This record gives sequence, structure tokens and C-alpha cells, in this order.
Amino acid sequence: MSAQDSATDASAALPKARRDFLPLLLPVALGLAALPFIPSSSTWVTLTIAGLAMGMMIFIMASGLTLIFGLMDVLNFGHGAFIAIGAYLATLVLLPLGGWMQADSIWLNLAAVVPAVIVAMAGTAVLGLAFERVVIAPVYGQHLKQILITMGGMIVAEQILYALFGPQQIPLPLPTSLRGSFQIGEAAIEKYRVVCVVAGLVVFLSMLAILNRTRIGLLIRAGVENTEMVEALGYRITRLFVGVFMAGSALAGLGGVMWGLYREQVNAAMGGELLVLVFIVVIIGGLGSVTGCFIGALLVALATNYAGFLVPKLALVTDIALMVAVLLWRPRGLYPVTSR
Amino acid sequence: MMPRVMPLSGDPPRSRVLAVVLIVIMVGLAFAPFLFPGAKPLNVAAKVCIFIALAASYDLLLGYTGVVSFAHTMFYGVGSYGVAIALYSLGARWDAIGLGLAIALPLAALLAFAIGLFSLRVQTIFFAMITLAVASAFLVLASQLSWLTGGEDGRSFRVPELLQPGTVFVPRDVLGVAVTGRTLTYYLVFVSCALLFLLLLRVVNSPFGRVLQAIRENPFRAEALGYRIVIHRTLANVLAAVVAAAVGALNALWLRYTGPDTALSFNIMLDILLIVVIGGMGTMYGAIIGGTLFVLAQNYLQALMGTVSTAAGEAGLPLLPSLFHPDRWLLWLGILFIASVYFFPSGIVGKLRGGSG
Repeated sequence: MSAQDSATDASAALPKARRDFLPLLLPVALGLAALPFIPSSSTWVTLTIAGLAMGMMIFIMASGLTLIFGLMDVLNFGHGAFIAIGAYLATLVLLPLGGWMQADSIWLNLAAVVPAVIVAMAGTAVLGLAFERVVIAPVYGQHLKQILITMGGMIVAEQILYALFGPQQIPLPLPTSLRGSFQIGEAAIEKYRVVCVVAGLVVFLSMLAILNRTRIGLLIRAGVENTEMVEALGYRITRLFVGVFMAGSALAGLGGVMWGLYREQVNAAMGGELLVLVFIVVIIGGLGSVTGCFIGALLVALATNYAGFLVPKLALVTDIALMVAVLLWRPRGLYPVTSR
Repeated sequence: MMPRVMPLSGDPPRSRVLAVVLIVIMVGLAFAPFLFPGAKPLNVAAKVCIFIALAASYDLLLGYTGVVSFAHTMFYGVGSYGVAIALYSLGARWDAIGLGLAIALPLAALLAFAIGLFSLRVQTIFFAMITLAVASAFLVLASQLSWLTGGEDGRSFRVPELLQPGTVFVPRDVLGVAVTGRTLTYYLVFVSCALLFLLLLRVVNSPFGRVLQAIRENPFRAEALGYRIVIHRTLANVLAAVVAAAVGALNALWLRYTGPDTALSFNIMLDILLIVVIGGMGTMYGAIIGGTLFVLAQNYLQALMGTVSTAAGEAGLPLLPSLFHPDRWLLWLGILFIASVYFFPSGIVGKLRGGSG
């Protein structure tokens, strides 16, 4: 209705989309709903921060997948492989720099972590480029083949990781300055979790800024709505595809590094395990929606943390239960992308 | 329809080479206990039967309905665990098997129905993601609820006396091969799998099967012609799930054990995918060819890989030993899988039929 109203208004060049704030309240509501069940408020704070940190990491991994799907209509089952590869690339840098990691100086720590993150993101971006051009490009528009091929790519990548690095778990200790926790009142908040929350927010906000405030973002959003029209207007959609795929893969790599540091270990199976979680988040958010993905990630992580504390057995199925509940309410996810 | 092709539901192999290969496989399986005596060959033969029926039920989904499911092993596991838990808690009785089936098959159908109605409404890609999520949750549940499923260790159980290896019907000196309860179990598996396969062949050649193929080719058109897509896809999913559960039950009876690795692991899912794709999607016979090749390769080629790996290691070549290590079997399967999706989308059966059909 509001779209029609504003369309009649000559001064408004474009009709404004109706804002849908209801899903934004869900994580808040979930947090508040858990409050009465948890004995002490300091535990609640710790659990909530842990949930937020986990949610941000999942969001970073999932955002690439949802963006790629939204623009290219490709569901990349190989996304999990990029997560694992990112983590392994980081270990390649961090293990030789072990001395700097253990040094009690934030600058030496950063001198180890920053190159690791850069190597992981650049490496996964380049692999993403190759993967898109070689593996996915021949099967655009064929969902069945895409699923099969990217799944095959995932298996091959995981097995190559096994062959190169062996089946054992590689320890990846946190740098000294990120260890330990802040004490606020009675609540202990681990430093690394705060870093994760900040990093997640930075990624989320910069993605929103790029999508909504830049020309590239405009093209991407237009491509999500109608690929053919963007092409007809003279833009090379292929370049856009490649760019978004590389960015998405790099985000998966970044997520992999963060997850590896969070767990303080890396193994080849982590990609497959996280892929399932990422899928659930992307489905909850609505395939293709970045904001939906953000909310979905927070919801899943918070629910897992609360349930893990209150009823540990229940934590095994909270993801699925949450997904079912959301889909019963909105069958296409929180923020369905309209064109598909 | 010619009366002699009645069991094949009017869908013969349509290729002389294919027909010969199928007959060889069928004869080999039918007389396996006598042609290939010994415990390992019989195990391989039983596994071939089980994988053929399982892959055929998956082909109904992947090949004929055009839907990718990652929850097929879940249904297989439901059947396996149903029989295993019943036999474990009630003892080695026939009615325990019946009870297990009576619980497992409807449960599989119900699960498949719920998942289908829930996720097939929107997009098939949604279905693939949701089945993956549900199946992994199910795997975690099965390995955590140890009071029911035995957890990671699974459940070993005794089968009814008639099926036990110790029961000898014909001693070794009469036929040269002892006919035991194990032989009887093998034939139970073989006949059941053959019947399930023929049932599936009947389904895909029925009017219902034709509608499924129409939906696969062009959902909009099929819907415009008045066929409800969701209903048909969901029914196909339910049917495939029930067959998978039945096959799972047979597998449990054969192994006398059910655990996460034999009944639910994601590797089995990949195996089935590979069998269907390599054999030929949407052909049913592809399941027979693919299943046989796959199980034979799995049992005999892995040993060869070990030899290559050791030889390369002794020759001092870098990287090759770890690439050919028998544990890296999935790597080569994955490459083969990708290659066959690209280059032989119609699989071995499609190649043999020469693209004419």
C-alpha cells in the first residue's frame, strides 16, 4: 500500500520499500526469554556474549554463501571447503610464527595474526576464482548439477587437505594478548569473543554499506533482483559474478581462521561440519538475504548456547527446531528475496 | 506389452551389451553362495544386492524426480535401527523383526512426508539443504541417545535361529558347499532386494512415474497440466524412504549389527550418490551396474591403492604415497564423480544405450 502512496507522490522518485523490523527483534526476544531460566545474571551475560561471538563467526562464513546464492543462483556446497582451507592457510603462517604468537606483546601478536588472515583470505579468494571459472561456470542455471558438482568439489577438497596435512588435528593456539578474559561485575567475558563480535559487526556493517551505498553494491542488488536486466543495460554480469564469488570465498576463509582460533585447533572435517550449520543459518535468514543471514546466525548461536547450558541434550537439535519454527512462521525464511 | 517383459514393467534394458552385463550380474548374484564360496565373497555379494536396491530407491528421487536428497541414509538408518533395536531388546525372534519393521517403515514414511511437505513447496535446492541438516541432526541424535541406539558402538544382536550361521541345512560334503543359515539369509536379502528393485521399476513406468518425469523436465508445464508438484514429489520421497528403510532392515539382518558407521554415516550417502550418477541417473538399471562396480571396486581396488601407495613410498616419490593411501579412496571417487557429472551425465547405462533412448 505504502508503495502506491509514495508512487503517486511526484517528488518521490522511487517507491520506498516497507521496512520489516519484526525479525530484528527476534534475537533480543530470545535473549530476554532465556533470562528468567538462567540462575544468575552474570552467567546470562557470559552465555549471551559467547552466543554473539559464535553467531558473528557463523555469520561471516554464511554471508558469502547467501550473497553468492542471491546473485548467481548458485548454491555452493563446496563453501565448507573454503572454510577449512582458510583455516589451514592460516596455520601455515601461524605455526612458523609461533614465537610471535606466544610473545607477550600485542604488536608481535598482530604481526603474526594479520598476515595469517590476509593469506587465508587472499588464498581462498584465488581458489574461489578458479573454482567459479572451472567448476561452476559450465553448470549455471542447472541446480541439480550444481549441487552434485559442488558437493563433489567439497569431497575432493577435503580429501586433498587430508592428503596434504594428515588426518590429525592441528593445534592453533590463540595469541597471548587475546587470551584471558575481562571481568565485568561477576561476569567473565573472554577477550577473543569480544574481538569476534567486533569483527562480525565490522563485516556486517561494511557489507551493508557496500551493498547500499556504492555503485557496485547497486549492481549486485540489481543483479539479485533481475540478472538479465543488468546484462541488458550493458554491465558485464560475469565480472560481477566472479567478484562476488571471490569475496564470498574470502569471507569463508576469514570465518575459517576465526573458527580455528576459537576452537584452537584445525582439522579437515571442520568444513563439512560447519557447512550444515551455515545452511541452517542461510535457510532461516531467507536464501540470498544478508540481514536475514545475520539474524539467523545470531539466533542459532544464542539458542545453542542457552540450550547447551540449560538442557545439554536438547542442544543437539536446537538448530533444527529453530529452523522448523522459523519456516512455519515464514516458509521462505525471515527475509525472503522477492525475485526467486 | 509382451508377457515376457512383464516383470520389467515394459522397460527392458534396450541395449544388447547392457542386457548381457545385467544377466551376468544377476546370475552371479543368484548363485553367489555356490559360485564364490567363502565369507568375504558372500559379504561382497550381499552388499552388492543391498546397494543396488538402495541406489535404485535413490534413483527414483534423483533421476526420475530430479530432487537431490541428502537424507537417504537417514531412512536407511531408520530401517536398520528399527530391526536392530527390536531384535536387541526382544531377543532373536521373528516377531521382533516384524515389530521392528512395523515401527521403522511407517516412521520413515512419516519423516519423509513431513520433510517433503515442509521443504519441497519452495524449491528443490531448499530440499537439498534441509535434508542435509535433518540428516546430520539425526546422525548426532543416534550417536548420542546411547540408551536406545547403543551410541557410537551401535547394537550387535542375534538373529532368529533359522538365519544363524550355525544352522546347517545341507552339510558341506553333499554339494561341496555347506548350505547354512547364512546362505538362507543371503537369499532373503537377494530375493527381497530383487523384488524391491522390480517394484521400483514398476513405479517409474507407471502413470505416476511419468508424471514425476514430467515434473523433472518442466515443473511449470506439469503444474499447468493439473498435476500437483508438491504432492507428487512428496509421494516419491515417501516411497523412496520406505524402500530405503526396508533395505536398511535387510542390511541389519545381514550384518547382525547396526551402528552409526554402517547405517547412517554420510559416506554411505556419498556412495549412493556416486553409484546413481556413475550408473546412470533416471535409468534404474544404472543402480545395478553402478552398485556392482562400486562395491567390487571398494572391496578390491582399495587393496590395489595400498600397493601403489607403498610402492610409491619405497620409490621415494613425494606426495604420491599420501594421495594413493587407501584412506584417500574418497578423493578418487570424488574426482570420478565430478568427471561423470560433466562428461557422462547419462552414466554407463546411457553410454551403452548410445544416447538413443
